[in-house]
Amino acid sequence: MGKVGIIGVGQSAFVRQYPGSIRELAFEGFKNAMKDAQITVKDIDASIICSAPEYDKQRSPAGVFAEYLGLNPQPTFYVESLCSSSSMGLRLAYSLIKSGLHEVVAVIGFQKMSEISSSESQERMGRGADIQWESPFGTMMPAYYAMYARAHMKAYGTTLEDLALIRVKSATYGQLNELAVYRKPVTFEMFSDPKDRMAGPVASPLRVGDCCANADGSSCIIVASKEKARTFSKNPVWIMGLGAASTSVNLAGRNLFTGLTVAHDAAREAYTMAGVGPKDIDVAEVHDCFTIAELMAYENLGFAKPGEGKDLIRSKETYKEGSIPVNVDGGLLSKGHPIGATGGSQIRTVVRQLRGEAGTIQIKDPEIGLVHNIGGVGLYGNVTILGR
Amino acid sequence: MGKTKEADDRFKKFGTVSFTAITKTNDFIDYLEQNKVMGTRCRDCGMQFFPPRADCYRCLTSHMEWFEVTGTGKLVTYSKLEYGPVGFEKDLPYRIALLDYGNYKVFGRITDGVQDDAIKIGMEMKTTVNRLPNGQVNYVFQPV
Repeated sequence: MGKVGIIGVGQSAFVRQYPGSIRELAFEGFKNAMKDAQITVKDIDASIICSAPEYDKQRSPAGVFAEYLGLNPQPTFYVESLCSSSSMGLRLAYSLIKSGLHEVVAVIGFQKMSEISSSESQERMGRGADIQWESPFGTMMPAYYAMYARAHMKAYGTTLEDLALIRVKSATYGQLNELAVYRKPVTFEMFSDPKDRMAGPVASPLRVGDCCANADGSSCIIVASKEKARTFSKNPVWIMGLGAASTSVNLAGRNLFTGLTVAHDAAREAYTMAGVGPKDIDVAEVHDCFTIAELMAYENLGFAKPGEGKDLIRSKETYKEGSIPVNVDGGLLSKGHPIGATGGSQIRTVVRQLRGEAGTIQIKDPEIGLVHNIGGVGLYGNVTILGR
Repeated sequence: MGKTKEADDRFKKFGTVSFTAITKTNDFIDYLEQNKVMGTRCRDCGMQFFPPRADCYRCLTSHMEWFEVTGTGKLVTYSKLEYGPVGFEKDLPYRIALLDYGNYKVFGRITDGVQDDAIKIGMEMKTTVNRLPNGQVNYVFQPV
């Protein structure tokens, strides 16, 4: 059984309020991936639709999308692991192809978060945690990640300034990304000006500038067997390693609060499968739903030792010119975070880097890239390693 | 036609807004009414669970007994929320937190009225029952 490759990647612009329905939103990412792959709908054997269902009014979107995108009568189904849904979709596509059941699979991620109000959306995100034992206390995603931030600060001396540096890096590249929802400059000084919106409190110690924005968006990844990839594509990008993990949904069931065990576990699995280590990674996309999440990712992926993530951002090693460029497309902090579409967008960025097609954010000659995509508050973790 | 059996939905009283009404651990609410915060222990293997659960995944049995959360736990971490989900607006600001009791941990809220600078990671706190203005009941962490 041969390798599995990615032959097409696409995403929509990530926007505040998409002026269309979910099937039309899905079409945007799909169209771009299909043009990229230069194939037709007849070439696709199955489609996997990825999103977090609590934002959907449509019951079972897979059937609606398959019809709208011309993917009948091929099988289609829905997969969900909160914010890492489309990385989980890629994992399933890999196994479907590796098993020989299918040869070409489309992984379509989407989220139209603006179908519901922002506070309703926050309530739903809180219910991504344990609704029986935690949500009755009034929990929200930023507050959970804030608890990790406070523990990290206490254990390792990480500061609010370090977190601000991560947002400043994100904005440096977000300004260059035409598909990002947030494209304004963000300076370090904004965080020390109490009147500036960036410094506004959300859930201590996290501020407005530490949090990514909700967005509407879609993404699509076309995955193919070795034979089909070679037939259709001049420059397929190969899936070298896949790792996935889960942990206790209730924080009371966890033991680590300075990092995410799922990221560490998924990374170890992906590195082993790929036969590479952290030093071999030339470019990475990590799940920076909050600034602290990116900093913990540096450590959980082995780019830095535990507690030394702050040194990487202080020395700008995760900038485009640094030793391990991270989120040079602006990350979730700038692009926005349309839950089900996010993983596909991260994969798209790394694929374009490996093909040398990343334009102004192109890193010099990368050979191996990594995608770190987390669902919930470190509840689900997916790490994917890609190579030329 | 038989009489419809009334649902045991005691759990809808838990917290500012409860998202669950029916659970096999409904007695948790009765204990709260008696000012006790309780977890469960597997009578087969002795494993302690907080939050309480009805079933033991190790023994694949449901032989649970209740134990009281007593003494103090260490504050692992916390966050003060300035924005809340729908239904929690009137509680703001409030702090969610995690206490480590050694054999188990407890997730909940820090009691209102504690100054910011009086809260330190690692401090000893106790878990006490708290009655909410809307008739609901939960538990909070208090400095000792």
